[in-house]
Amino acid sequence: MYPENLRYTKEHEWVKIEDDIATVGITFYAQEKLGDVVFVELPNVGKVVKKAESVAVLESVKAVSDVYSPVSGEVIEVNESLTEKPELINQKPYSCGWIVKLKIMNPKELEYLMTSQDYIAYLEKE
Amino acid sequence: MKLIFEKSSKKRKGIHLPRLDVPERKVDIPKIFLRKRINLPEVSEVDVVRHYTALSRTNYGVDNGFYPLGSCTMKYNPKVNEDVARLAGFTFSHPYQPEEISQGCLELMFNLERYLCEVTGMDAYTLQPAAGAQGELTGLMIIKAFFKQKKEKRTKIIVPDSSHGTNPASASMCAFEVLTIKSNKQGRIDLCTLSEIMSEDVAGIMLTNPNTLGIFEKDILEIAKIVHNKGGLVYCDGANMNALLGISKPGDMGFDIIHLNLHKTFSTPHGGGGPGSGPVGIKKPLEPFLPTPRIIKRDETYCLSYDYPLSIGRVKSFYGNFGVMVKAYAYIRALGADGLKQVAEVAVLNANYLLKKLKPYFDLPYDQPYKHEFVLSGSRQAKKGVRTMDIAKRLLDYGFHAPTIYFPLIIDEAIMIEPTETESKETLDAFANAMRKIAEESEKEPKVLKNSPHNTPVSRLDMVKASREPVLRWKK
Amino acid sequence: MKFVPHSAREVQEMLKFIGLKTLDDLFTDIDDKLILKEPLDLPAPMSELELTKHMLTLSEKNGETLHNSCFLGAGAYNHFIPSVVNHIISRAEFYTSYTPYQPEVSQGILQALFEYQTMIAELTGMEVANSSVYDGATALAEAAIMASNITGKKEISISSAVHPEYREVVRTYCNARDLMLKEVYFRNGVTDLEDLEEIVSERSAAVLIQNPNFFGCIEDMHKIERICHEKENLLIVSIVEPTSLGILKPPGEFGADIVTGEGQSFGNPLNYGGPHLGFMGTKYKYVRYLPGRLVGMTADTKGRRGFVLTLQAREQHIRRERASSNICTNHALNALATAIYLSLLGKTGLKELANLCYQKAHYAYDTIKEIAGFKPIFTSSFYNEFVLKCPVSPEKLNKHLLKHKIIGGFNLERHYPKLKNAMIFCVTENNSKTEIDRLVEVLGKMG
Repeated sequence: MYPENLRYTKEHEWVKIEDDIATVGITFYAQEKLGDVVFVELPNVGKVVKKAESVAVLESVKAVSDVYSPVSGEVIEVNESLTEKPELINQKPYSCGWIVKLKIMNPKELEYLMTSQDYIAYLEKE
Repeated sequence: MKLIFEKSSKKRKGIHLPRLDVPERKVDIPKIFLRKRINLPEVSEVDVVRHYTALSRTNYGVDNGFYPLGSCTMKYNPKVNEDVARLAGFTFSHPYQPEEISQGCLELMFNLERYLCEVTGMDAYTLQPAAGAQGELTGLMIIKAFFKQKKEKRTKIIVPDSSHGTNPASASMCAFEVLTIKSNKQGRIDLCTLSEIMSEDVAGIMLTNPNTLGIFEKDILEIAKIVHNKGGLVYCDGANMNALLGISKPGDMGFDIIHLNLHKTFSTPHGGGGPGSGPVGIKKPLEPFLPTPRIIKRDETYCLSYDYPLSIGRVKSFYGNFGVMVKAYAYIRALGADGLKQVAEVAVLNANYLLKKLKPYFDLPYDQPYKHEFVLSGSRQAKKGVRTMDIAKRLLDYGFHAPTIYFPLIIDEAIMIEPTETESKETLDAFANAMRKIAEESEKEPKVLKNSPHNTPVSRLDMVKASREPVLRWKK
Repeated sequence: MKFVPHSAREVQEMLKFIGLKTLDDLFTDIDDKLILKEPLDLPAPMSELELTKHMLTLSEKNGETLHNSCFLGAGAYNHFIPSVVNHIISRAEFYTSYTPYQPEVSQGILQALFEYQTMIAELTGMEVANSSVYDGATALAEAAIMASNITGKKEISISSAVHPEYREVVRTYCNARDLMLKEVYFRNGVTDLEDLEEIVSERSAAVLIQNPNFFGCIEDMHKIERICHEKENLLIVSIVEPTSLGILKPPGEFGADIVTGEGQSFGNPLNYGGPHLGFMGTKYKYVRYLPGRLVGMTADTKGRRGFVLTLQAREQHIRRERASSNICTNHALNALATAIYLSLLGKTGLKELANLCYQKAHYAYDTIKEIAGFKPIFTSSFYNEFVLKCPVSPEKLNKHLLKHKIIGGFNLERHYPKLKNAMIFCVTENNSKTEIDRLVEVLGKMG
């Protein structure tokens, strides 16, 4: 449920690091708590975000949730298919349900991300 | 059921208008501005009556049965109020007709303001806001104007995490930054936390008392002191006034400004979502900022006055929802002081009685004294896979309207119940019985709950589909 | 008179069950300082009989449009309401119900509101409409805020030919949000297009106009749209007398981005100013910025059609401080009245009604302007309201008319000081030829 090759944040985002590109989505726990996603507000390509700043907004029937950027970076790609099929976030949160891709600006920030084990332990405490 | 458009038949007419009795002349509006098509249904009067009558029969109102929606005060709507509100002198009055032929309306509004002052311990009222949310907005605009006048720049408003969503939304509409204060373990405002976040940058705090958990903020005098000491104002969301009528006045508790919901506390009907009315009361220092016009008395005549240079202006056209005010006025005149006090006493009695009956079956997150409403949690049932949503839907099968669910946000699987004073002991017992049965079903047959409702005109509706593929109108 | 069913014995039983002795024991957690020791100082309670008599007396201190001929409009219109409307909205299943948050037992009001949304969208030529807001003025204010949210711009332009109270409300809402409001002059009773070209810029979010405007005149929607969209401003149109939609091309067909208005003319009584009905419609692409409740179509578990409140994630109960509007209640019962009224009128009825209003107003205009001292000020075409300069002050004129049981027009001086001795007259299907002729006769006796 929480792939080991990914890193995690306290706000329930996952990050996949490939060189200087970070792909971001929300975890299984997050999508379950949110409920069926009905709408995704994606940022514009080129937008620059700081770590912990909101980079996207997810709407379900009963709630609205920000996706906080795990790292500072520039948005280089957004998952356009979420416009037509927001349910991908619920169905495949780690693959087709990815939300944005960022060009990492400050690699030091990666140190603050949690491993899969740390995240599972964190969830247990919640 | 078919839509009215689907019952349309060419050339059918619902009403027959009078014939044109003046000489007909050519329409001198340029053709480019003239309409070509109108797409409205073509149905007869009988069609219309049968259609909407059939629709009404799939709807549930207070007159059908118990409606324990927490925070909404779904009390009985007196029929005499409906009749008096329909008197021609009221319904056929044009808001701009001369004041000399509007004395009945103006007198009613003037006196209603006085009564509301007395009930809440405030110095003056505006009846202009059309709803509670608009009352809040008006209140915050007044607060903003007050500090602007004092040349103090205050950009923040404190709001409890248990507050109704309109509180922070109204604050945002006035460009205030919202500081959320967490409720403590007793479900109330923590004085230490409040002292920490209260500063000269904070314009004020918005509180509901009793709060949305149904718990009276017993430190209210202290809370008001902390805020006032730093020059801030204390706003009362008066949605829960039903617990305080004739018992205690918000004005005595240190509140500087309050809004009321006539469609909650003062028995005016909810109308399927509106119209309501949200009068705002203030203490004297805030009087100059009230919206205009104000209703004043000169000798024995009532008139409208616009002579308030510091007023925030208007929040609505005309004077407010007069047709709703008539019903609230009639209610206050019918009940008098003793009647209103009895409302609060029995509202709180009913809530506590019902709470004791339900306690064995549902979790009560805060073990505190409750007033006119209380919030249970469906967490015990959630462990068996039954959510509060399922409990609510199952109640519909038992012939009751569900309570408020998933509010306030600080309680997991929240079930907020407000019986009101107009419900009899039998109704409360029957409701408690149904809830007990549902608690049992959640243990023994959770599937029944998950698939409910079973006995309603439609079964559970797909909310996700409605949001993902919104269809907001009919098209041929 | 009371509505509390409990007998004294039942109260005692219930107190015993809870473990308390008296009703006062329910309030011991409240500081004694705050407990009232005296009853509230309110008039003595009344029985239903006494209350009814009292309210009748109060209501009879008013004159009204039933016993007086009414030629007053200016934002509230004296139209005839068919009896069916009242009978249906008096059905308790409708008026004693709450917001349909439990849709399975609220299909009645939900379907009616869905039908209402469809009718408003159709009549205004927009793709989608909400299920109502408080009134035309707040609808316009909400639209201004909506435009600012969509474009990110903080300036709004508004025509001074928009109803003065609407402009005041828009101003109040804009002030709260620190948005700047700029007014555009009028000329010959319509928005001055040259001034509009000057005021509209890339800094402004939207242009707000009213059609027919406060003076009753018909705006040049075609030219206004071009000016608006050239500078990338949203075009927002307010329709305060919507029976005009029976004769005028809807703003949607001119490319309006948001249409708002006042639905009182559609089946809701004057009621001394409220409750009335605000309607809002827009293009599908802006639906997520639209405030207020939206009813959507869906299906139940058996595949049957049903209706629910949808896109609730826009609203305050979910978004809280991030909601684009704080609005919670709507005017559901008024919207229901409108849906019933429009169903009764139907396709041909609305067209006929608009023609009656147009024709009668022009007959009145043609005959009144022949009276010495009454002069037209504007030459722009109008629907059912027109401005005339009067031989004496409108205040004096209206006093004279009232003596003859006629409610005269709206005195323009307070809001437009340059239009001295000018008055807006309004004529609807409710004014017979006899009434109009009598108005002319009484006016003739003036001066």
